Amino acid sequence: MRRGPSWFNIIALALGFAFLYVPIAILVIYSFNASRLVTVWGGFSTRWYVALMHDAAMLDAAWVTLRIGLLSAAAATVLGTLAALALVRFGRFRGRLLFGGMIYAPLVMPEVITGLSLLLLFVAVDVDRGFWTITVAHTTLTMCFVAIIVQARLVDFDRSLEEAAMDLGCPPLKTFLTVTLPLIAPAIASGFVLAFTLSLDDLILASFTTGPGATTLPIRIYSEVRLGVKPEINAVCTILIAVVAMSIVVASLMTKLSGGRGESATPGAQA
Amino acid sequence: MTDEVIVAAPAGGGRATTWPRRLVVLVPYLWLAAFFLLPFVIVFKLSLSETAIAQPPYVPVLDLAEGFEGLKAFFSALSPRNYALIASDWIYLASYLRSLEVATIATALLLLIGFPLAYGMARAPRRLQPFLFMAVVLPFWTAFLIRIYAWINILQRDGLLNQALLALGIVDTPPAWLATDTAVYIGLVYSYLPFMVLPIYATLEKMDETLLEAAADLGCPPWKAFWLVTLPVSLKGVIAGALLCFIPMVGEFVIPDLLGGSENVMIGQTLWTEFFGNKDWPAASAIAVVLLCLLVMPIMIYQHMQSRAIERGS
Repeated sequence: MRRGPSWFNIIALALGFAFLYVPIAILVIYSFNASRLVTVWGGFSTRWYVALMHDAAMLDAAWVTLRIGLLSAAAATVLGTLAALALVRFGRFRGRLLFGGMIYAPLVMPEVITGLSLLLLFVAVDVDRGFWTITVAHTTLTMCFVAIIVQARLVDFDRSLEEAAMDLGCPPLKTFLTVTLPLIAPAIASGFVLAFTLSLDDLILASFTTGPGATTLPIRIYSEVRLGVKPEINAVCTILIAVVAMSIVVASLMTKLSGGRGESATPGAQA
Repeated sequence: MTDEVIVAAPAGGGRATTWPRRLVVLVPYLWLAAFFLLPFVIVFKLSLSETAIAQPPYVPVLDLAEGFEGLKAFFSALSPRNYALIASDWIYLASYLRSLEVATIATALLLLIGFPLAYGMARAPRRLQPFLFMAVVLPFWTAFLIRIYAWINILQRDGLLNQALLALGIVDTPPAWLATDTAVYIGLVYSYLPFMVLPIYATLEKMDETLLEAAADLGCPPWKAFWLVTLPVSLKGVIAGALLCFIPMVGEFVIPDLLGGSENVMIGQTLWTEFFGNKDWPAASAIAVVLLCLLVMPIMIYQHMQSRAIERGS
């Protein structure tokens, strides 16, 4: 680019990023507020984090959320990667249009519709609702995000490496495991992290598909937030943000180490 | 092993389909059919049912043990009265219209804010662009509910925004921000901004810089070059971003519920209340079916654009 960015560009960037980040920064800062009044700064304190450690219900919800997140992300990564391979590598198989539709529709479908329909399915087949139904619901939504990310990587992928391996007599499965998989691994890792963070955060699907005994963190946070802002909730949210940020850092480090390039992390990015 | 032979047949190749190869398609296909497609059929069926004090809380329930007679009884008990209710009660119509209005205005606001941001990113020095890209993506990965909650901290009556406004002497009495339309729009724009910025950035970033230079060399003023060159090039990104924001915003629940007022509810809230408050599952299902019909067109346009993007790439 020959010309430098104009003042208009710099101001647009500064305002845009301030808008995105200032609210989160304020939330984090006020979670260390000593005052119970969430709007008055009463000095630095970690008392809300200490209080959290003694909140059995909150800890329980956190544990449930974490397990659902890891399980559903693992399942979504496998299913999403298979779906991406099917979309990119299989050309026009029968029912491809419907398949593509089922991958893209959940990304934009209002979650109240997806949540309601999944719940009605679980009621119709008469399964006990709770941990497993939430896990299945999250897997269904997040596998589509994984599919989009992996598919973007497969599309701009140098096929000649695979062809070279095969020409040299490498069997297909071995080619896949030793050539293809390492090349798309960064995208698969990004997909896993995204699936995990989406699950950690989901309120609507979890609210519809939950049952007795399975209260996730977002459900708990939501019921508390409706009653007003509390410093304890600021602390929970800060911890959640830290977990998510750490997952992203780990994922991008893995991407760097394996020599891959960054992936577009949202469904529209490759449009 | 399910992954075998994936690499053996190139896209569009006419080789014989083998079982392992078939499984790669079949497993995700069946999963989505069972947990995404089939549930819609059930929603549609339930929208024709009636609410009942029973477990599950609706009639009729299909009893396959009854055989053909049961099937006949089941179908004769279905009725469109939930749709008649939606059509006749102003509350439902009003919340559909309100949802479309809010989503349209919010999409326009997102374009106004998102386009300059994407444009600034695309014109930033090359080496900075990966960082800027990451900076836009990061909030999308950070919990959605938490980001809405962060705004409650700021917008409440004695919150930071009013404290700042009072301190600067801009207002004398603190205005109410929460439970207003302004708060809903702030929440929507804030949450969906990455979805608008990234598709636009993706098109602008690929734009051929020399087009603008050619325009300038031929004496075209910058604003006109923007209008005649940059805007048409980025149109695909603009449409993708707008759809990616508009469709889920129509059915949005959390943002209007936490930031908005109790009157003028959006359809997502109405559905939520019918289901969790009134425990009227059939009515909630009918609301969902009508909402889906409203969104079918934009969803299909979006899907069409996405499949075209893949085919171009592969």
